[in-house]
Amino acid sequence: MSLLSVDVAVIGAGAAGMSASVALAGLGLQVVLLDEQGSPGGQIYRGITLAPLSRRDMLGPDYAHGHTLAQALAASTVRYEKGAAVWQVTREHKVTYLRDGRLQTVQARAVLLATGAMERPFPIPGWTLPGVMSAGAAQILLKSSGLAPAEPVVLAGCGPLLYLLGWQYLRAGVQIKALVDTTRPEDYWRARRHLFAALRAWPYLRKGLDLMRSLRSAGIAHYTGAEQLAVEGSEAASALTFSVGGKAQRVATRCVLLHQGVVPNIQFSQSLRARHHWDENQLCFSPVSDAWGQLDVPGIYVAGDGAGIGGAQAAALQGKLAALGIASRLGRLSDAERERQAAPLRTGLEANLRIRPFLDAVYQAKEENRIPADEVMVCRCEEVSAGELRKFVALGCAGPNQAKAFGRCGMGPCQGRMCGLTVTEVIAKARGVSAGEVGYYRIRPPIKPITLGELAGE
Amino acid sequence: MRTDPLFKPVASEVSSTRTVALTFNDQPLSVPAGSSVAAALLMSGISRLRATPVSESPRAPYCMMGVCFECLVEIDGVPNRQSCLIEVREGMRIRSQEGARDLIFQPVNVQTLEVPS
Amino acid sequence: MSQQIQDVTQAQVIVIGGGLVGTAVAYGLSRSGADTVVLDQGDDAFRASRGNFGLVWVQGKGHDLPDYSRWTRSSASRWPGFAEALMADSGIDVQLKQPGGFHMCFSDEELLERQSRLQTLQDALGDYPFQMLDAAELKARLPLIGPAVVGASYTPQDGHVNPLKLLRALHTSAQANGARFHAGVHVDRIDGAPGEFCVTAGQRRFVAPRVVLAAGLGNPGLARQVGLHAPVAPNRGQVLISERVRPFLDYPTINVRQTDEGTVQLGDSMEEVGFDDSTSTEVLAAIARRGVSTFPLLRDVRLIRAWGALRVMSPDGFPIYQQSAQHPGAFVVTCHSGVTLAAAHALRIAPWILGGAMPDELGVFSGERFLTDKVFSHAH
Repeated sequence: MSLLSVDVAVIGAGAAGMSASVALAGLGLQVVLLDEQGSPGGQIYRGITLAPLSRRDMLGPDYAHGHTLAQALAASTVRYEKGAAVWQVTREHKVTYLRDGRLQTVQARAVLLATGAMERPFPIPGWTLPGVMSAGAAQILLKSSGLAPAEPVVLAGCGPLLYLLGWQYLRAGVQIKALVDTTRPEDYWRARRHLFAALRAWPYLRKGLDLMRSLRSAGIAHYTGAEQLAVEGSEAASALTFSVGGKAQRVATRCVLLHQGVVPNIQFSQSLRARHHWDENQLCFSPVSDAWGQLDVPGIYVAGDGAGIGGAQAAALQGKLAALGIASRLGRLSDAERERQAAPLRTGLEANLRIRPFLDAVYQAKEENRIPADEVMVCRCEEVSAGELRKFVALGCAGPNQAKAFGRCGMGPCQGRMCGLTVTEVIAKARGVSAGEVGYYRIRPPIKPITLGELAGE
Repeated sequence: MRTDPLFKPVASEVSSTRTVALTFNDQPLSVPAGSSVAAALLMSGISRLRATPVSESPRAPYCMMGVCFECLVEIDGVPNRQSCLIEVREGMRIRSQEGARDLIFQPVNVQTLEVPS
Repeated sequence: MSQQIQDVTQAQVIVIGGGLVGTAVAYGLSRSGADTVVLDQGDDAFRASRGNFGLVWVQGKGHDLPDYSRWTRSSASRWPGFAEALMADSGIDVQLKQPGGFHMCFSDEELLERQSRLQTLQDALGDYPFQMLDAAELKARLPLIGPAVVGASYTPQDGHVNPLKLLRALHTSAQANGARFHAGVHVDRIDGAPGEFCVTAGQRRFVAPRVVLAAGLGNPGLARQVGLHAPVAPNRGQVLISERVRPFLDYPTINVRQTDEGTVQLGDSMEEVGFDDSTSTEVLAAIARRGVSTFPLLRDVRLIRAWGALRVMSPDGFPIYQQSAQHPGAFVVTCHSGVTLAAAHALRIAPWILGGAMPDELGVFSGERFLTDKVFSHAH
């Protein structure tokens, strides 16, 4: 096992991780940037350094923006380690990862967690069938390989990423059989109190409106207020069924792409036992941090969507702010200089986040798609249904950790990532208490599976 | 089992000049260099990658970003690999992951012990 | 601070603790028809029961205290009937297998020490079968064993269960027999009056003529309130769990076993680290090394989970079983072998709590044994 000493270890080479690393290096700090993928970009700028120009163009300017960040990274002194699967971060700033089957350790003076977001689980009947994927997964196929569904596809759910994918598919000439939108007209009504703030973020709002308009004008079958979503099929998906206004609908397709928003990836901050809070608007747990992204674990910082969903541009700004906080902690920057440099970043961040409350309110995932009926599979790995989970609650399980012991939910290879939020919310609803009171799985290393031989150092 | 591919390159993609040859369950496939194993399989008409160890239900890639562990396959004899995180290589031998992995090629029978008391 | 009591629950017995010990006792009580209430803590409590290795283990236990060996074996021999009863009451098969178990030795010294320990037990108890196996004999029985293992001891009474299924089966079975569970209850105090105990937890109150303290690491503070002495302290064990693999190991061993679900559990660490149930790389790496030395084919198996859990350890490592002399009707039941002893707790402790005679092995397990200047060791 080799040991490397650096000033800062940054985990995740997405928008936040890249911008923070570059900023830290610019402040004269020694930085190692660890990322699981084979090229930088995270998920939002996935494959940005490899995508041909034609693909970048088809994906749109927001994606192409990632190229600037990646170029800055390449020109910096940051030591970028690709293909690095970090499986442990300690409160003492030691980071252990696997690369090419070898265990490596970095001892840092500060650690920045920039592990981004993952898609919210979408537990509906049939969501485990081949042919059902998340919209984010389909977008990754588009970004990294230029692939799209071969036959007319059904997009279902809600949220900016779903519509963006639809728009990108249109530009790429991909046939969309239906957009099955779970958003109801009253969702806009509910979000109206955030509209004024959103209007102040007019460029974003206009971009979104343009996108929706082009989807509508393309003549795609667009169902709104869809309920009771279910995927039909025995060995693979054959159709999506749902109801609109009480009327049953069925769209035959081999490919269903689901999406209902993204949530912070909190595996590391949870494993560090940092404090988290339940975000009532975004319906997820986020780590609690100070103005520089520092957790209640000294020297451990978080930036980007992993700190709470804000999008790529906000993530890049948060990364720079965290860099200033870290540089000051490590004695590279006076407090005054830190504040001076932070001021414009904060203004930019505020402008970026202005639209969030509106988006969070309009596209809040529907309860029936978060807290599913008894027969729906909640834990895909260990195949535990919502009904079984409710039986455990009836036996006296107060939270996800006891439920895990009772029924193995969250014990499989994904380590609870795909079921954690659902399990919390199902238990909270069954007990009649808040999700925040129920809490989350106790996350422990290894955050990524490693072999016994690798752990043994053989 | 191969069916019509679920995914194909979009029209604007210039078809890759570099391809690699690999096999899936002994079937030869030719796929673009640089793809992930999961992407390569999806565009080759492989839409079921494994059966679960719990109920042997069919599964396929779901998240494509290393989170869901649904895309597990056996690669060059090593079981339970995340195919969305691994790049294709010339000559790769890929197999669907049927249930729990074997530790050994032949299960070992342990004979019943007789102990004098 | 006086709180308004909103809710009073009456019962015949209150069991404080919803882990393996408390629920086993509660199951035994409710099977006997006693109206039983179980008070359990919340989701984030320290729980030895969720971090269990799942062995029903006899081998080597009590070599310096034969009554402990007798007590352990009385439980192991009752386990088959106990598992059947759980199956009948809950529909849950706890996957009891008692094919005998191996304790691997990595040096000749270790092997000799092992032999002398088991011989001592055989001399004291008479009927105590065991075998010492050298490397070749072991290899003949466990062909996958690694070359670093120089030999092993084997006793035919050892076995294992699925400890998580056991926990759920105990909860389900006790409730099927009428026991009432209250989760998320943190006991503030116990007041003992003649013939009646009153347990206060926030705004709730539970009243019964008998109370059983099975609260694990919570026992020391509770015991004091009813004239008992239960000086238990945490002892951390770390365990690794692998992905599911096809069956490769039919026997439990002291440091590696395969569950009915196919996962492999590894671990036998013991650390005194206070109330810290986190994991540490050094210890996990040592467990991994020992596991790979035992079965080299485990080298390529992926670990899915690791955990640390706190054993409930008394100063000499043995259980504490006692009825309070000062407050008759108050019992303490605490040990760190909640799986092995579950059958005895349900079938032998419960009748004692309901007024039957104390099982005769238990005389040596009163908490007062620790009220001396003697220095204890639980490194048996």
